[in-house]
Amino acid sequence: MKTVTLPVAYMPLVDAAPLIVAQEMGFAQTEGIALDLIAAPSWSSVRDMLAFGRVDAAHMLSPVPVAMALGLGGVATPVSAVMVTSVNGDVIGVGRALEARLRATGFGFDFADPRAAARALAQVTDGPLVFGVPFPFSMHVELLHYWFDGTDLGGTKVTIRTVPPPLMAEALAAGDIDAFCVGEPWGSVAVDQGSGALLLPGKAIWSFAPEKVLAVRTDWAETEPHLLRRLMRAVWRAAQWLARPDTRTTAAEILSRKAYLDVPPELIDRALNGRFTISGQAEQREVPRFLEFHDGAANFPWRSQAKWVARRLALRHGLPVAETMARGSEVYRSDLFRAHMPIEADLPGASEKLEGAIPHDTAVASQKGHLTLLADSFFDGAIFDPDLPD
Amino acid sequence: MGAKLTVVVVEEDRDRAIAIVDALKAATDCEVVVIGNSSALARRIAAHEPDIVLIDIDSPTRDMLEELTLASGPLERPVAMFVSNSAGGLAQAAVEAGVSAYVVDGLAPQRIKPVIDTAIARFRMVRQMRTELAETRRALEERKVIDRAKGLLMKAKQIDEDAAYALLRKTAMDQGRRVADVAEALVTASELLR
Repeated sequence: MKTVTLPVAYMPLVDAAPLIVAQEMGFAQTEGIALDLIAAPSWSSVRDMLAFGRVDAAHMLSPVPVAMALGLGGVATPVSAVMVTSVNGDVIGVGRALEARLRATGFGFDFADPRAAARALAQVTDGPLVFGVPFPFSMHVELLHYWFDGTDLGGTKVTIRTVPPPLMAEALAAGDIDAFCVGEPWGSVAVDQGSGALLLPGKAIWSFAPEKVLAVRTDWAETEPHLLRRLMRAVWRAAQWLARPDTRTTAAEILSRKAYLDVPPELIDRALNGRFTISGQAEQREVPRFLEFHDGAANFPWRSQAKWVARRLALRHGLPVAETMARGSEVYRSDLFRAHMPIEADLPGASEKLEGAIPHDTAVASQKGHLTLLADSFFDGAIFDPDLPD
Repeated sequence: MGAKLTVVVVEEDRDRAIAIVDALKAATDCEVVVIGNSSALARRIAAHEPDIVLIDIDSPTRDMLEELTLASGPLERPVAMFVSNSAGGLAQAAVEAGVSAYVVDGLAPQRIKPVIDTAIARFRMVRQMRTELAETRRALEERKVIDRAKGLLMKAKQIDEDAAYALLRKTAMDQGRRVADVAEALVTASELLR
């Protein structure tokens, strides 16, 4: 088989691991492809490179393909999310000033309870509270809004502003933002630079939030089904490899290389192992499955996940809800996932599920009968039914 | 024809900004404002009510401009990324040249095109110069390391310069590495052993 080189864009983050590992650990080679991994300077540039054909596939924020389908954000090329490459993995943190005010009230930084954290924040905030996020269409934004809506922060004036993670420290110092929600390693970088403290892991708000997807142009998926299949299998096997606890040290070393994240492996290790240093006082917190690459059918692009995102976008941007959910759900390609996955992938019986209905890890009906879905609760106990827009 | 176009260029480097402004003013009748990077970029741009915003595609601050495309964003008028609704390969050309443009919706294509064409040409030139500069700098640095490695070998093995270089090159070829990498390793090792 002749090796075909596929250009792929990614942002240098811990959750780019499935693509990087697919190339570095030979999973791509096994499928007869080589990934030409292009580190992008911004999410808009990832999207543009994919939309205008500079790359064939991209590591993308899970809401971006949905937003593109809805005509939000300027570029409207049809893009398909063929696989979820990571679930969870964001952290919410506060700058030094806010940290000091929280500590003064005796807040314990448990890194677990969203209600308590919101209550404490609302108490110490007098003016508007400004959160920095990496991109306007991101799980970061969705999680923050969901958290504000359901807690004491709902009554506080809260603003979300886009700040590229490398500039987050500067924005905190300049007082442009008070707090942030970012993907790792940026939260840990902020702690180590002394810019702030971590308040919550993203999964405390939604315990199974699709974070990044593998995205391709929809027309490319149609004209190059064989290449797509090879790409998907390589990334899926890399994700499966990453889910093994004994691979984490190796994964951290690979990701830390200059060509990829260019940060010390110890920083990357925190997200992979779920063991965090949350402040300058070296407080340690543990979050099991902080970042999930594979287990619990994590790679399956559930249409109900896309519908959840579409509904939230529709409500915020004033779009018709039912129609928007239908359009948004079409870009999460559970059909292509079923068609292209290797024989060992255990496919769920349905392509939609109630989101938030699984309080504990649960065995479900699947092709081979070995599938366990992981807990996917929202912190407020709500259940999202994809068939009921309201 | 409507009123004069207002173009905002986001560029930190003063010389490059001047070059772009000059080129735009020479090519079209427009008002050009230059803004450096800042963490409040989107709001600073909105204050100028531009028709077109130009930014280097490699700038990490670009994501801040995405807020301009939101209905609830800081710019009252809706904004589209120009590249999405233009025909004729202009989009690809812009992306390849390294410029991205945000354009207020409904602006006539014949008014946009000269601005974008000029920007593409200018950004392409800037990118070329930047690549050249980076390459030259790298070559110079490598030469310095190779010279130091040669010096170390000449002293340690009592050989002349040509022999020292030949030895470096042979080692590089045997190990399938670049001469500069072998030289780098030698210099590092000798510093450790000192």
